[in-house]
Amino acid sequence: MRTLPFFLISLVVGAAVFGAAVGIGNEYAFFAGYVVLQYIVLSTAWNILGGYCGYVNFGTAAFFAMGAYSTVAIYKFIADHDLYRMPMPVLVLIGGAVSAVVGFGMGYLTLRLRGAFFAIATLALAVVLQTLVVNWDYVGGSRGAYIIRPETFPLIGSYIRYLFLIMLLLAIAALTIARLIERSRLGFGFATIRDDELAAEASGVPTLRLKLIATTISGALMGMAGAPYPYYIGYLQPDSTFGLDYAVNSIAMPLIGGTTSWLGPLIGAVLLGSLQQLATVTISSAVNLLIVGCLLVAFVIIAPNGIIGLVHKYIQRKDDDFIGRRHVGLDAPAAPPEPAPSATADNPP
Amino acid sequence: MILSFDLLINAIISGVLIGGFYAAVTCGVSISFGILDIVNIAHPAFVILGSYIAYIINAQFGFDPILVSIVVVPAFYALGAGIYQIYYVAFERRGQESLRGLAFFFGLLFITEVSLVLYFGVDYRYVQAPYIGPTWHFGFIDVPMRILVPCVVSLLLIAFLQLVLTRTFIGRAIMAVAQDQLALRLMAVDPIRIKRIAFGISIATASLAGAFLIIIQPVEPSVGRDYIGRIFAICVLGGMGSLPGAVIAAMLIGVVESITSTFYGPSWAPAVSFGFLLLTLAVRPAGLLGR
Repeated sequence: MRTLPFFLISLVVGAAVFGAAVGIGNEYAFFAGYVVLQYIVLSTAWNILGGYCGYVNFGTAAFFAMGAYSTVAIYKFIADHDLYRMPMPVLVLIGGAVSAVVGFGMGYLTLRLRGAFFAIATLALAVVLQTLVVNWDYVGGSRGAYIIRPETFPLIGSYIRYLFLIMLLLAIAALTIARLIERSRLGFGFATIRDDELAAEASGVPTLRLKLIATTISGALMGMAGAPYPYYIGYLQPDSTFGLDYAVNSIAMPLIGGTTSWLGPLIGAVLLGSLQQLATVTISSAVNLLIVGCLLVAFVIIAPNGIIGLVHKYIQRKDDDFIGRRHVGLDAPAAPPEPAPSATADNPP
Repeated sequence: MILSFDLLINAIISGVLIGGFYAAVTCGVSISFGILDIVNIAHPAFVILGSYIAYIINAQFGFDPILVSIVVVPAFYALGAGIYQIYYVAFERRGQESLRGLAFFFGLLFITEVSLVLYFGVDYRYVQAPYIGPTWHFGFIDVPMRILVPCVVSLLLIAFLQLVLTRTFIGRAIMAVAQDQLALRLMAVDPIRIKRIAFGISIATASLAGAFLIIIQPVEPSVGRDYIGRIFAICVLGGMGSLPGAVIAAMLIGVVESITSTFYGPSWAPAVSFGFLLLTLAVRPAGLLGR
């Protein structure tokens, strides 16, 4: 499918989702749905760098918070100078731009190193940025900042519906971008980095440039997801905004769904996000992190390619049965017989 | 002016002492990340687990926390060996350690932390020991015993580890695993077994580090998160897998943090170690005593 039809179809699906949420007739549907949509954007953004390039980013919260705090800074500035309030889409773009710059800078500093160092550097970046925000009184410092959410938005009704709609559009945009990347030269370049960076570089793939593109796009999307957040939550505080919860969720969702396709983060975010909303309401918010942790560990061990991988395997087996190759033995295991443990242990020097 | 000189000296001394403790937390990661290339991001969670075990036994029976932590070292070793076995079977053998292995340890971090939260709540816990209260005074220099004792024991621990790594057969085999597994196999040594032992040792050090932590400060389950970046900063700064390097780097970071929090306020201190880490990664990724 080409990108334009895909985009149009997802717009239709999005409209259906919005209609369904209105149909439920309870404002809480929008509050819960907003969080799920936000996770769709975050996990899709994470997957552009983590799933396509194979670089693990633990700093989701940092990019998210950069978006959120740029909104707070603008809000304060406007309140101080008595200016006209900025429309939300502009705030989203600004938040995205700020996070894109942070993503580019971090990539430039660390991407020349091996994968694991990058992961650790992203963790470090989150703490450095958090310290800066904590010590920046203008946006509330460690006390946090209050944002007054307007009651209504013209034509749509309550403001939360408007925020929901914006996040819905962002999710559609993120998925379209991810799908576009996946099928373009850029995506193939990313895949070569993931599979064998050295070989990719040797065959002329501009790895550093591609990785910088990936961190920038990924960071920008995370920042965009963060920009409307202060209006959603009403009170923004550094400890929770920079919390590792965002990091573990945005890693767990793509890994549970499947990292190789745009569909994976979507499935993971919808499943895990709804499950968490359910667990938060019915049990407690500490338990939902435990669920995420357990599912993450279980999936990476048992189903390394996520739900998508499981489905693929299932379909393949069915096909094989149908053709009847099993009986002729043509689908003999592609993998070589497993040698003794010690022989497989090391990578060739 | 004399006052700030006092402050400076005291800040440096407490930084060095805290650095000794940081070294204890880091030495496990120096082995797992530095030597074995296993990015055990969950190490701080095991440290907190060690703190809680010291706390439970101390609160129940009143035993010395450090003694308790030494007694439970075999249990931590077994835990580490078990985790390595899972890691090896599920990731290393399939060659998927980079992405999924990291996610695996990240998940372990959360499972340990949230389990502790659910069981013990988020109250701060502390232990009782004779050396926790008193402070030695030399003129204007204050040396709190509750930091001095962990620092000394920690340096002993690292000296012991260094001796094991350089003098014994197993230790040399562990160093060799990092360099050339094939050559090790040709010497009739099973590299997987060596790695299992090494990872067990690295988790075993978390038990002691946990006891030190709860002696130095009250502990609640998410305290460990503060240490994730710090220990990796120390590990990288010291040069991957070098224990003496880790001690020097730990003391360096301890001193810089202590001076920062004395003169600029504690809220700036966390940025220091991470700033150091980012700088090291950007300028000299091999660290101070890199191989």
